[in-house]
Amino acid sequence: MAPKLPPRLPPQHPLEQAGEAAGPAGHAEAGYHHGPKGLLRWLLTTNHKEIGTLYLIFSLSMFFIGGIFALVVRAELFQPGLQLVQPEFFNQMTTMHGLIMVFGAVMPGFVGLANWMIPLQIGAPDMALPRLNNFSFWLLPVAFTLLLSTLLMPGGGPNFGWTFYAPLSTTYSPPSTTFFILSLHMAGISSILGAINIIATILNLRAPGMRMMDMPLFVWTWLITAFLLIAVMPVLAGVITMMLLDINFGTSFFNAAGGGDPVMFQHIFWFFGHPEVYIMILPAFGIVSAIIPTFARKRLFGYASMVYATSSIAILSFLVWAHHMFAVGLPLVAELFFMYTTMLIAVPTGVKVFNWIATLFQGSISFETPMLFALAFVVLFSIGGFSGLMLAIAPADFQYHDTYFVVAHFHYVLVPGAVFAIMAAVYYWLPKWTGHYPNERLGRWHFWTSVVGVNLTFFPMHFSGLAGMPRRIPDYALQFADFNMASSIGALLFGTSQLLFVWMIIKCVRGGEKAPAKAWDGAEDLEWTVPSPAPLHTFETPPRFQHQEH
Amino acid sequence: MRKLPGGVAAIGGGVWLTFSALAHGWNMPLGVTALSRDIHGLHMTIFWICVVIGVVVFGVMFYSLFRYRRSKGAQASLFHENTKVEVIWTTVPLLILIGMALPATATLKQMYDAKDADLDVMVTGQQWRWHYEYLGEDVAFTSNLATPRDQIDGAAAKGENYLLEVDEPLVLPVGRKVRFLLTSDDVVHSWWVPDLAVKQDAIPGFVNENWVRIETPGTYRGQCTELCGRNHGFMPVVVEAMEPDAFDSWLAERQQAAAREASGVDREWAMDELMSRGQQVYESICASCHQVDGSGNPPVFPALANNPALMAERDRHIATVINGVAGKPMPAFSSSLSPVEIAAVITYERNAWGNDTGDSVQPSEIQARLE
Repeated sequence: MAPKLPPRLPPQHPLEQAGEAAGPAGHAEAGYHHGPKGLLRWLLTTNHKEIGTLYLIFSLSMFFIGGIFALVVRAELFQPGLQLVQPEFFNQMTTMHGLIMVFGAVMPGFVGLANWMIPLQIGAPDMALPRLNNFSFWLLPVAFTLLLSTLLMPGGGPNFGWTFYAPLSTTYSPPSTTFFILSLHMAGISSILGAINIIATILNLRAPGMRMMDMPLFVWTWLITAFLLIAVMPVLAGVITMMLLDINFGTSFFNAAGGGDPVMFQHIFWFFGHPEVYIMILPAFGIVSAIIPTFARKRLFGYASMVYATSSIAILSFLVWAHHMFAVGLPLVAELFFMYTTMLIAVPTGVKVFNWIATLFQGSISFETPMLFALAFVVLFSIGGFSGLMLAIAPADFQYHDTYFVVAHFHYVLVPGAVFAIMAAVYYWLPKWTGHYPNERLGRWHFWTSVVGVNLTFFPMHFSGLAGMPRRIPDYALQFADFNMASSIGALLFGTSQLLFVWMIIKCVRGGEKAPAKAWDGAEDLEWTVPSPAPLHTFETPPRFQHQEH
Repeated sequence: MRKLPGGVAAIGGGVWLTFSALAHGWNMPLGVTALSRDIHGLHMTIFWICVVIGVVVFGVMFYSLFRYRRSKGAQASLFHENTKVEVIWTTVPLLILIGMALPATATLKQMYDAKDADLDVMVTGQQWRWHYEYLGEDVAFTSNLATPRDQIDGAAAKGENYLLEVDEPLVLPVGRKVRFLLTSDDVVHSWWVPDLAVKQDAIPGFVNENWVRIETPGTYRGQCTELCGRNHGFMPVVVEAMEPDAFDSWLAERQQAAAREASGVDREWAMDELMSRGQQVYESICASCHQVDGSGNPPVFPALANNPALMAERDRHIATVINGVAGKPMPAFSSSLSPVEIAAVITYERNAWGNDTGDSVQPSEIQARLE
């Protein structure tokens, strides 16, 4: 970093900040709220904290719905043979599980955290575009109600996998596919608007004195994520619009019989899809980069290199899409290009993991629940990274592709990766949201049952995949039976243990050990300077931000 | 600290599980071609690289977690950023990756070298079966799942090769270079046999290439690996590799059978002959969508039983089977079924399940329409 910076001063005293927030604007009471009451209040709210809460509740509900779909899948796969559901419904369950978890649970979860925490972390009074914020949230319940309703339509809901490859998703799809397209369009608009809002907030509303390289990493990773969203959500919108035209208006974008190109679908989809998977992990990097220094009571080892690594991953994410398509018959030179670029991603990702570990080294480490989830993230996400590196080796990918090895890989990066990071964030920031510490004993139970459940579910999938089990099949050959049974038991454990999470949240909202403004003694960022729980309006007068030499 | 031994035990358990699973054959198969062994080698190399990196990285991590516990009075040190360390942990992974990319590139080049094949086999994916054509040899057939329905439903004990058995396997010679040309009649499928290390998508409108030179006679089983609709899980691939002499006599036998089939076009077929042949074709080809009892699966797959509109139009019925329906899942069967089979199956459809139109369609009529 530039050596010219003034020396770092400690953050402002919490009381001074609270007084300031309440003082000049003339709001004597911390929870001052004007506007409609009851349900209308939530429908019309433009407050970033309330919208953040709505996003988080929505995300949690979708997590349970998508989880129930996954449990239907795992119950059918408990043993060979068809016992509970028929293949038509099984395919709808795998498809809906993927769509709901990706677009309904993980993405809105991160947006909810962004809504709550970005203004608090940069000292802004709210998001830059509060009404837009309201609109982007309320699009989601509409979109997902429509998506879920397709399950009840004649011919059933989407049954072509969350990747909806044409022509299975066009010529051969059930009639409800048009509604699926509409709901995805709405979710996409919501994401684009949310991303615009986040970028506008971060670029314009930082506290005076806070430069880009002073921002907490959660803000940085979200800024980069928002640019990825703006870049690729329109690509998704384009490809589903082409599907819409193929299905309803007689075009042949993806219909080979009409001169169309089914492979083009996959190129467009993955040009969206690969950045999309980073959209679901970059904010997680930011969360973990906040929690590990807090509980190691030691500054993050390399702030600048984390920012650069995140940016490199984001740029590379546009150059690797066809590694999802190694078996479609790409020319040799394309296979080599995408193999090399994909392998390259291991370098900045490694830098991140090394940074977290170097932060732990010679720290003063304690193991509160947020830290447990963050540490599990580092280990289990790395395991997902390792299998990702194996998948990058194109010749071997011909054997791994579309097997349970891939299922194991992306669930390791998404469940103990993205989902654990969201849970870590919830435990970490609950004291700020509710004013109470989460119940540590419940948190531990939740953590250990989740860790055991997640590994029991997904670790055996590596082996069923290597032994030859394709993904997305409702029934399987006898040699895959043992590991499938283990996966199903693990899934049941993981699923039910999430009830502990809900119980913990309810308990924490209702009461518990009171948390001070600075709830964790090692926490440094601006959100810890406002009271706990954070009043409805914060930073109405911008705080004075002092440069920190990162 | 209770948590820490828990974490160590979990990772230890994972490592133990990994090695015992790999030791018990839960691993990528070595396979029966030179390339499959190369690929297995790459797989194990990158696996061990990951294991070594994992042991080092997680080792440092768990050491730090154990050594620098606050509960044991650890004081945080203030250091951060160290250019030398950062350069090392950026360049060392880069060098490892380059070391890995070189052999991977060499193997990939060989996989793409499909020229100078001794035998060409056209593999066509169809919902939900494989059609094989030995190009230039006048031999072609369809390969269906052979596992009976009651095994799937749990009404009968599951056999040894449950879901991995077919009525007619693809027969290939060992020692000869066989080139596969893959395409699809409907949606994207993917043809995979792990022991041959061949997985290639079959895509409508495209012809993909792959190849194999099998070294050991035997039966090798695989499955469709690209989600292709309802019966995606019931679309196995079975390859039977035999010595070249045995393969040649098998091929000659099939050629004679094909010639007999072709001569069937010229003669008049009796109704019950057409019906029994038609039922056989219907149940192997059409029933997966239109159901054994002709009830279909509306709205996507129309019913054939109780479909007076279709029964009223004999010509449209024939045209639909020959040409398929544009923009709908119904494929054209002009290339994958013989005239005898098309005539028989249409006759069957027009007389089964109470349709009783009394129509019969002769192979010669189909032949004329195809020309």
